[in-house]
Amino acid sequence: MTEHDITLTVNGTEHDLTVEARTLLAHALRDELGYTGTNIGCESSLCGACTVEMDGEAVKSCTALAVQADGTEITTVEGLAEGGEMHAIQRAFQEEHGLQCGYCTPGMMMTSVEILKENPNPTREEIREGLEGNLCRCTGYQNIVNAVQNAAESMGSGAVADGGTREEGNTAGDGPATDGGTVVDACDAPGGCGCFDGDAVDDVADDGGDSR
Amino acid sequence: MSIESLDPDEVTAADILGSAIERREDPALITGDAEYTDDIQLADMAHMSVVRSRYGHARIEGVDTSEAEEMPGVIGVYTHDDLHREDTPGGGSFELPTGWLLPSLNNVSHPVLAKDHVRYQGDAIAVVVAEDRYQAADAAKAVDVDYDRLDAVTNPDEALGEEAPALHDDAEGNVAFDWKIGDEEKTAEAFESAAHTTSIDITNQLVIPNAMEPRAAVADYSPGTDELDVFMTTQNPHLHRLLMSGVIGHPEHKLSITAPEVGGGFGSKIHHYGDEALVSWCSKLLERPIKWTATRSETYLTDAPGRGHETEAEIAMNDDGDVIGLRVDTRANLGAYLSTFAPAVPTYLYGTLLSGQYDIPAIYGHVTGAFTNVPPVDAYRGAGRPEASFLVERLMNRAANEIGMDPVEFRKRNFVPDDAFPYETEVAVVYDSGEYEKPMNEALDLLDYENFRERQKQAREEGRYLGIGFSCYIEACGLAPSELAGQLGAQAGLWESSVVRFHPSGTVTAYCGTSGHGQGHSTTYAQIVANELGVDYDDVEIVEGDTDEIPHGMGTYGSRSAAVGGSSLVMSARKVVDKATEIAAHQLEADPEDIEFGDGEFTVAGAPDRGMAIQEVATQSYLAHDMPDDTEPGLEATSFYDPDNFVFPFGTHAAIVEVDPDTGEISFEKYVAVDDVGNQINPKIVEGQVHGGVAQGVGQALYEGAEYDDNGTLLTGSMQDYAVPKAEHIPEMTTESTVTPSPHNPLGVKGVGEAGTIAAPQAIVNAVTDALEPFGVESVEMPMTPERVWKAVNEGATADGGEPVDETDAADGGDR
Repeated sequence: MTEHDITLTVNGTEHDLTVEARTLLAHALRDELGYTGTNIGCESSLCGACTVEMDGEAVKSCTALAVQADGTEITTVEGLAEGGEMHAIQRAFQEEHGLQCGYCTPGMMMTSVEILKENPNPTREEIREGLEGNLCRCTGYQNIVNAVQNAAESMGSGAVADGGTREEGNTAGDGPATDGGTVVDACDAPGGCGCFDGDAVDDVADDGGDSR
Repeated sequence: MSIESLDPDEVTAADILGSAIERREDPALITGDAEYTDDIQLADMAHMSVVRSRYGHARIEGVDTSEAEEMPGVIGVYTHDDLHREDTPGGGSFELPTGWLLPSLNNVSHPVLAKDHVRYQGDAIAVVVAEDRYQAADAAKAVDVDYDRLDAVTNPDEALGEEAPALHDDAEGNVAFDWKIGDEEKTAEAFESAAHTTSIDITNQLVIPNAMEPRAAVADYSPGTDELDVFMTTQNPHLHRLLMSGVIGHPEHKLSITAPEVGGGFGSKIHHYGDEALVSWCSKLLERPIKWTATRSETYLTDAPGRGHETEAEIAMNDDGDVIGLRVDTRANLGAYLSTFAPAVPTYLYGTLLSGQYDIPAIYGHVTGAFTNVPPVDAYRGAGRPEASFLVERLMNRAANEIGMDPVEFRKRNFVPDDAFPYETEVAVVYDSGEYEKPMNEALDLLDYENFRERQKQAREEGRYLGIGFSCYIEACGLAPSELAGQLGAQAGLWESSVVRFHPSGTVTAYCGTSGHGQGHSTTYAQIVANELGVDYDDVEIVEGDTDEIPHGMGTYGSRSAAVGGSSLVMSARKVVDKATEIAAHQLEADPEDIEFGDGEFTVAGAPDRGMAIQEVATQSYLAHDMPDDTEPGLEATSFYDPDNFVFPFGTHAAIVEVDPDTGEISFEKYVAVDDVGNQINPKIVEGQVHGGVAQGVGQALYEGAEYDDNGTLLTGSMQDYAVPKAEHIPEMTTESTVTPSPHNPLGVKGVGEAGTIAAPQAIVNAVTDALEPFGVESVEMPMTPERVWKAVNEGATADGGEPVDETDAADGGDR
């Protein structure tokens, strides 16, 4: 099996390593470089536990070869927190009890970060669709969806596109955020108040782009 | 209503028990710090892979390891014969035992490596050890096995039939056991006198647990000390230690098993598989650390599947609609061998729940266990109780329809009344406490049931098919009273151990023999102990999952941790408080009878300014300068708590669905869960357990099923074919709870881990059949795929072969 010298920049640190052509990125990260936060749950790219960010995009590291990642910037779960501060998504998962055994969680959070990058104020349905590449067997997903909405609120303007409630029936103290972004009054009309469909959401959202 | 979690720093010690605090497990998990078994790297570690049978049933004519042995990095290739050589580590049985002996059990041999007969696709034949995991995998493929294929059978009824191939010499007719419960004669009489009987045929399909972390083990043998340390994905390290010591022949006191972070179990990590025994044996042989990690496909071939029942059942009613009898015949798929808990699951964990929430005066159940060419079947979340609840609730639903009574009214009139507790069932168990109408009424409110039937009628006129389904479940958990378990054939006691230990500086470490794998024990146990001792939550550390640190324990499954483990912690904590009381009394120069303890302080009754904090007492106990006579220094206590009885959580779940008869698609309008799990230590964690359990129930109802062909080949061999539900497949759940404390343990808890999985499938199936009632559909088999739904609608016949519905009668005016 041919070997290759590659360079991976992981969470800001450059690593030079030698891998076989067939070495999976997931194994290179875990076994060669010791970034064991990224977990392997299957070998058919279904479960998403291995999701990392490669050059800004969520990628399943079990179906990427290490050699494909040569020269790229990779972010793993170990790189989410910055300067000792948890990322909003991590805080949100903790607050919302969005994890139980924790095995799917690193990948789940990496994908959630990507969802919010593309759609800073997703509806619950959009979050569920966005997470179709990540399986969880413990939580039943409900608190994960809550966590992503929680992170959306704290990262963005506080607008929640489906009518303001964190979930069906929940009114426990989660009113619109007042972090300086545009405050949106959410009404309780079934199915969301409809004031924020389409373009209106972009107008209202703070700046839509940042994931931190 | 979703529960809001709290920052533990903002909750006072007095309020900590029952408070929905955030989990202390989370920081390590969300940063990637936590160490799971495959994360473990030891110096000079090698890797093991397993050569497994390609076929569901075959004789082995020969195993040629020569090519594999020559491959790069390979250290050795070992077969059954190598385990039994004079010059390899010996003394063990190299046979996997079953932990539950029924009187009629055919306790067949289960070798760790097959010698000349493989009985399921996944049965281990040889192991390869190599320097790295890729090399080990390559070499495993190069091991050449010469098979002589045999006919296979995967369905229990077929396995018990005349034409079936024989799997075991010691199990004539492929019978694993023959078991009965209840009173056959009394039940027959009830049926003879019945005004109406309703019958049902049910297949409760095999499902694959799919914990997100595949099974793994790292074994590290030290030749100098003869100590063998094993880190593995286990739900019960002590059980694994006890069993493995016999299997590989390593003394129990020299064997240590640690559960690192474990990524889910759901029962699949209870059992002692050959894999961990083989890794350990290899480590002893090679005197190096060895790691084995399953691939997902490998877990599909080897993890114990759950369920696997074929059942006929019938219910007898009198003129008024009272249930007067229930009769059940089940053939349970045990798979190729007897897994660790397996004989108990379709017997004592199933038959004893056949009364459901109902007062049924005559019950008889007959279960035949069958060996088949699928992986050994064993406990999977719910373990026997989902099968019982599914059966009872489907029958109750169908019976109500047949006699023309509203399914809620029918259930209510048959509930065990509130004043009948403790209620002794016809199937050996005594229900401790219950108020079955409470969760039902709460559910009816949440569902707006009053208006549902009207809405359903209107929808039908518009050509839309809504349905509602109920599931009034009960389960026995908190396994288990040891004496009773022993009488029923358990080869172990099912008590639980704990140690509560003060340190000289006044902080506490508490140890428990359960073994969490996502349930939040570090948090909830600390809540319990902090509450008992009156110390800060932050000052209590919890240790689980390490046989070196904890007295023998029985692990986590069967919703037992809070009820049995938690109770053991309470017992130990109270012993500590008792001893501290003696010491405080002595130092305060008062009589122990006059000492009051509250908020972590010992005070003299009537002289509240004279007191000692419990932390001070701890320090004093270690200084031992001034102790009462006959009191040893130190402040800690050990307990083994043996429950008096099972605990019986119960509740009502209900689903409102819409079914599209043209596409067969089912969508949820609402899913409601009202559970009574007794007192709740941490309501946020309780709610999370219900969510997760329901999701697995939804999975069984709509998406999952392990399928094998006639050769015993697994067709659903990866996540591409086996549909583990995704986020978009699980409905939004409305969860509420009622609280009827259990009288049987000091915490009043009932256990919640399995409730959702036990309740959900039948709620959904009942809802779908309700929706499709205009088409004459009485039954759709799980998983209720769109194809199956569509067929049921279009074939028009019921599962029992009833009359097809005349198309012109369709509510939408015959548009099809």
